[in-house]
Amino acid sequence: MYGNDFAATGEQTDDHAVDEPGRVDARDLEAQFQAIIDGDGRIEPRDAMPDAYRKSLIRQIAQHAHSEIIGMQPEGNWISRAPSLRRKAILMAKVQDEAGHGLYLYAAAETLGADRADLLDLLHSGRQKYSSIFNYPTLTWADMGAIGWLVDGAAIVNQVPLCRCSYGPYARAMVRVCKEESFHQRQGFEILHSLALGTDAQRAMAQDAVDRWWWPSLMMFGPPDDASPNSAQSMAWGIKRFSNDDLRQRFVDMTVPQAEALGLTLPDPELSWNAERGHYDFSEIDFTELFEVIKGNGPCNKQRMEHRRRAHDEGAWVREAAAAYADKQVARRKAVA
Amino acid sequence: MVSTSSTSGGGTTSGGEPRDLNAEGGHGAVPMSGVPTEGSPAQAARREWPLWEVFVRAKRGLSHVHAGSLHAPDATMAVRNARDLYTRRQEGVSIWVVPAAQITASSPDEKDAFFDPAGDKVYRHPTFYNVPEGVKHL
Repeated sequence: MYGNDFAATGEQTDDHAVDEPGRVDARDLEAQFQAIIDGDGRIEPRDAMPDAYRKSLIRQIAQHAHSEIIGMQPEGNWISRAPSLRRKAILMAKVQDEAGHGLYLYAAAETLGADRADLLDLLHSGRQKYSSIFNYPTLTWADMGAIGWLVDGAAIVNQVPLCRCSYGPYARAMVRVCKEESFHQRQGFEILHSLALGTDAQRAMAQDAVDRWWWPSLMMFGPPDDASPNSAQSMAWGIKRFSNDDLRQRFVDMTVPQAEALGLTLPDPELSWNAERGHYDFSEIDFTELFEVIKGNGPCNKQRMEHRRRAHDEGAWVREAAAAYADKQVARRKAVA
Repeated sequence: MVSTSSTSGGGTTSGGEPRDLNAEGGHGAVPMSGVPTEGSPAQAARREWPLWEVFVRAKRGLSHVHAGSLHAPDATMAVRNARDLYTRRQEGVSIWVVPAAQITASSPDEKDAFFDPAGDKVYRHPTFYNVPEGVKHL
């Protein structure tokens, strides 16, 4: 999407020119690529780019896309049980947005020469991953609030810098996604706000959801910077703009005052304002849980993957029928002509 | 859309301790190494819906602008899918879809040479000309 690779018939794309030593102009192409990156310009689909850059982007965009479509499940779980028609309509719109975000991103990956069906296969076979956050269950209605406020809030902090990422189609997709995410976060905040002003039981439900989602949300930013060896290359390429720890701190600083406005507490006794740093201090994060969830031992890994595969398999006949219908229409038009 | 690379991004599974994680891609930590980026050749034979490029007119008076792409079995479905994908918030009053395969583009290889002829013709811009002080409406 956002500017595909329209190669003329028989024309080879030039993605790999940089890595082919036999080519006379390989150095020139690499220099061109580097000059664009150094000038904070944008790389577009048909530009020469190092193979490692292309692969790194495919991996990142694909796993981002997978996260969006797997992310439909935890919330889809509550559509039929939303407490009002208003909430139900909002939740459906949000889940539909997640599907849309996945599609924008698969399209962006396709501009790099990836094939969407291949990427889905890689997801279904577990060789590409999705964000571990979606392997937690949504136990109560308040979880819809906590996901919107905390999980989408953390996603926005991550995604806003990606709007300036060096790869044009990805950056343009992220602009669209970020515009839509802000409604997601607000509706979540509103759900929690309503519950927080409600009965004692509703309030307790809201607090319980925040207690469960706070640490997984902080872990969304990845391990501490000193344990994230690949980040440097990603930053040099202008894909990643800020370090894991910087983004996490930004999220905490944004969120603490919002929690106070909700009258809910964040489950960290060490959370406090550090006037010297100008930031909130918070406890060290226990990442063993994150690693376990990523390895596949989270509460819902199996369920999420099974559901995704089943949905894909059960939709096969629709895809085939639509293709058959399109073929038939083409054949009819030809017969008439 | 030709993918000529043959290797698969450094391994098949993320077997080891998944320390190499990053919050890349928005929704949180995912592995950065040991993740393949290409499917197996056996799956390449499968027939997919074609790719369509979508152009949206935001409102009357404006031209259609490229919004993105999508897969659809035929033009009718491409228009419907484009409505659902690119105009969920009333971003458009008209949609065009074009099969991606039908678009001919200038080649990036010759991008400089191709656009060079315009490079030295600054006299095509009004700012090239000297206008005497005080002359108005010119």
